[in-house]
Amino acid sequence: MNDLIIIGAGPAGITASVYAARKRIDFMVISKDIGGQAAWSGDIENYTGYQFITGPELSDKFEEHLRKFNIRVNEGEEAAELKKTGDNITVITNKGSYQARSVIIASGKRTRQLNVPGEVEFKNKGLSYCATCDAPFFSGKAVAVIGGGNSGLDAAIQLMRIASHIYLINAAGQLTGDPIMQEAVKASDKVTVFNNTTVSLVSGDKFVTGITIKNQDGEKKLDVQGVFVEIGLIPNSEFAALVEKNESKEIKVNIYNETNVPGIFAAGDVTDVPEKQIIIAAGEGSKAALSVFRYLIQHKV
Amino acid sequence: MAKNVKVYSTATCPYCIRAKQFLTENNIPFENIDVSANETAADEMVAKSGQMGVPVLDIEGEIIVGFDKERIKQALGL
Repeated sequence: MNDLIIIGAGPAGITASVYAARKRIDFMVISKDIGGQAAWSGDIENYTGYQFITGPELSDKFEEHLRKFNIRVNEGEEAAELKKTGDNITVITNKGSYQARSVIIASGKRTRQLNVPGEVEFKNKGLSYCATCDAPFFSGKAVAVIGGGNSGLDAAIQLMRIASHIYLINAAGQLTGDPIMQEAVKASDKVTVFNNTTVSLVSGDKFVTGITIKNQDGEKKLDVQGVFVEIGLIPNSEFAALVEKNESKEIKVNIYNETNVPGIFAAGDVTDVPEKQIIIAAGEGSKAALSVFRYLIQHKV
Repeated sequence: MAKNVKVYSTATCPYCIRAKQFLTENNIPFENIDVSANETAADEMVAKSGQMGVPVLDIEGEIIVGFDKERIKQALGL
């Protein structure tokens, strides 16, 4: 029996682990990966103490801090279900089952999928969820970016230097990303923006050759060799069926990071805390660990 | 004997950086091929792996797409 299980090892889970280790709590970490979304980030210029650091570098520093303590980390393992039995919580994963007196859910978010035909077949065959990674393959080619928020605009701006033309497909009536990025996109003669428009099909043979878009003018096929899906994130909260969530499937927490189930806490991007930032996730992780410390004292076995 | 290891990558891709770090930490020498700077190499990578996602590792002809730590370990006998 563990005193605590931390699910997730992004900024929230790692910071919770550091605090829990220093409080000498007996705990383990279960996580699909180390670093979470932070490991995917490009340049970070708003994490205090670092005027400039890349996502992989910052998540390496987090991991180094985590490994400084002798913590049991089950990497490559994913939570599938949470069960409350009496005062204890059972975490069922794809590899086993573990019991604990308390749990911190810090499982973060993942990229949202389009859910249209062709998306799965053409993943990495012209369809990408990471412009930072894959943009260089589209040198001189026409591409589509799906999404008019910050990540969509960021992808379009990165591709402006590489691709021959960029169709920006935006479901909303107007672009919603930061004004400074909107201006950059609008100023480029390489970018065509389609507002109030959705994607209904990704097509091709071995690789992507086009997408079908749909708006009030009807359906239309665009010839593109690349599709970048940038339509936001969804919380990894499906396994936590017994805790209360908001309409975006984010786990509801109070200021002590408590969920509606005693003994189950949550922190970081998987929660309904406003603003998703690495520094906020880290701070929330520390807060959750300190709340657990108090909870364990108050609920001595 | 050291295996012939090629890493097709781009400078900015986070998992490329992690894959290369992993090889370095395990003292595995490798050839890094930046596909964003080399179109021929990019085509070669797409032909070998049938896809465009980086990183791609070529370990003595075994093609591994993505930073798949377990498969990389297996291919290298770590």
